Amino acid sequence: MGLDIRLPIGLMFTLIGAMLAIYGLATNSEPELYGRSLGINVNLRWGLVLLAFGITMLTLFWRGRKSSQ
Amino acid sequence: MQPIHLAWVDYTILLAYTAFVIGIGFALRRYMKTSTDFFLSGRSIPAWVTGLAFMAANLGALELVGMAANTTKYGIATAHFYWIGAIPAMVFLAIFMMPFYYGSKARSVPEFLKLRFDERVRCLNSISFAVMTVFASGISMDCLARLLHLLLGWNYNISLWICSAVVLVYVIKGGLTSAIYTEVLQFFMIVLGFTPVIYLGLKDVGGWDKLKATLGLVAQNPAALDLNSKTFQPDAWTSVWKPVLAGPQANPMGVDWFAMVFGLGFVLSFGYWCTNFLVVQRAMAARNMSAARRTPLIAAVPKMLFPILVVSPGLIAAALAFTGKDNYRLPPKIVSDSAYVKAIPAVKEAAALKEDEPTAFKNVSAAIAMKLNEAKVAAIVKDAASLDDGAIKDRLQDAVVENDYNGVILSLVKKYCPAGLLGLALTALLASFMSGMAGNVTAFNTIWTYDLYQAYIAPNKSDQHYFWMGQAVTVAGILLSIACAYFAKQYNNAMDIIQLVFGFVNAPLFATFLLGMFWARGTGTGAFLGLFGGISASALFHSLTIAAGNSPGVKGGYLAVQQTFPSEMAQNFWLASFAFITCFTLTVVISLLTRRTKTNEELKGLVYSLTPKLKDEAKAWYLRPATLGLVLLACCVVLNIIFR
Repeated sequence: MGLDIRLPIGLMFTLIGAMLAIYGLATNSEPELYGRSLGINVNLRWGLVLLAFGITMLTLFWRGRKSSQ
Repeated sequence: MQPIHLAWVDYTILLAYTAFVIGIGFALRRYMKTSTDFFLSGRSIPAWVTGLAFMAANLGALELVGMAANTTKYGIATAHFYWIGAIPAMVFLAIFMMPFYYGSKARSVPEFLKLRFDERVRCLNSISFAVMTVFASGISMDCLARLLHLLLGWNYNISLWICSAVVLVYVIKGGLTSAIYTEVLQFFMIVLGFTPVIYLGLKDVGGWDKLKATLGLVAQNPAALDLNSKTFQPDAWTSVWKPVLAGPQANPMGVDWFAMVFGLGFVLSFGYWCTNFLVVQRAMAARNMSAARRTPLIAAVPKMLFPILVVSPGLIAAALAFTGKDNYRLPPKIVSDSAYVKAIPAVKEAAALKEDEPTAFKNVSAAIAMKLNEAKVAAIVKDAASLDDGAIKDRLQDAVVENDYNGVILSLVKKYCPAGLLGLALTALLASFMSGMAGNVTAFNTIWTYDLYQAYIAPNKSDQHYFWMGQAVTVAGILLSIACAYFAKQYNNAMDIIQLVFGFVNAPLFATFLLGMFWARGTGTGAFLGLFGGISASALFHSLTIAAGNSPGVKGGYLAVQQTFPSEMAQNFWLASFAFITCFTLTVVISLLTRRTKTNEELKGLVYSLTPKLKDEAKAWYLRPATLGLVLLACCVVLNIIFR
């Protein structure tokens, strides 16, 4: 099918990851928010993981496009 | 229950996901030109995508929620539903059955039955399957709307219609490809949305070894959590095989090893994974035979590891509740409004008449119709004069002892997720409900258009006509699902009966396929009557047996109780085994008594012995299905040994 699925996956997780990470950074000084996650700023950490996953998917998409051209 | 408050960041994540799935539908629209594009994705999807979709189509939210619930109740043995109950069947499908499905160019599973046997078998299979998909998606949407209502305080009707509308938009634009793409997206959402919850939960209980030690105490006293009235060996919640091998009395599932291996591992598992069009359709959309055969094998890898995501939350919840850390408890069953109407006057009456504690407890329990905590009820009655109705409601809910196991996974999400992560986890859950609906609707529109409409109502129309019909029936399928959701909302019991009936229909099905693909002598009459006999046999078996603790009725034994099983699961596994053997025997006997209607030439490509073998030698070893299958089975054995 014409649309390479790695593009929407990559875009979506890059976007959501960046959003979570920025939210995590902005709320880093609010320890009461992270009481339930055992004092860990999970938004920042997990946001970065999602961002890395999204960028990996986008990279795979670009490489796939190059090799098919 | 207090609804969760979502922050703006949570809503943004939810909206971003919705925008992406609708965007995928619109982006795919320009590739949808023929009915093959719409129903079979033009047979052009790479194997890793169909593989993940194959696994994700089955991974509805009901599975996620239900398997975590099973784990709290039965322990790590729930992993059997993955290791015994899926991997061998997926390998078998890839190596032996996919060549016939894909090679015969049948467009659906019922169409394969028509090519191999005759119209009667196809008709029976396609009608029962079409009805089943509509009900399955209806039940799933009903759960979603209830959950959104309970969890977020959203309106039931609005949630139901909006979520269905989103599914409608992307399926009608992009057909099966849309459904497959969003299933893959949802797969990553589930994995990435729930992993942090598992990590935090494990860290909170003190790691795997500590978890195991606590569960050892749970096993010796499961009554403390109202899990089970018996006591077990300390390893009953943490060993996969030892409690099962020790016999049905020694494991909380109440099953014996034969029912587990034959009933679950062979009949139910092969019946589902090898014949259910919902999953097989994904493999049929692959771009070539080799990709189609690799589809179930690729799916087997995440399937094998998935217990990490569904089994651990169930274990963590049981351990947390047992230690009572941070006042965590297993979520109690929700008291309905109609029960409160009776219970609140009962409390007030008990307070006014100064009933003694046992009498008051008896009256309030009878009004709620659930097991309650005696001390808590006594305290409510004592304080009744100073409480308003709302406060009495909250305290009565708190006094319920019976567990709502399906709430386990959400209770952990609520416990550990701050704003942000909460949005991610809830979006993942919502995504899996919606993709479950999309999967069922795409299977439904294919079966309707190819196997019912084209076959019996309007043959010989143009391809554009069937393409149009596919889109029209997508709307109809969604509306029917919504109707079923309301039906499920209205009559809980009716839904149990329907699922039961489909259990009867599915149990013998694998015998028909097995004989069809590997025995050229099998005839159409044999298959049709065998299948019919198998279905009747399972209904009969169900009416004569019952699980311990149930009263005769919907749960079985309504004709006479001839046999009592230790648990519903054991009853279910034995029922499937019985139905399979009946269908198998009847098909063989009737086939031998009737004349063959198809020649060897007609059965070429449909029956194993009459089909030229596929040559795999030319491919690299890691692309050969047989080699890959063996590697997967070996990994599965290793996992079983590690967690024995």
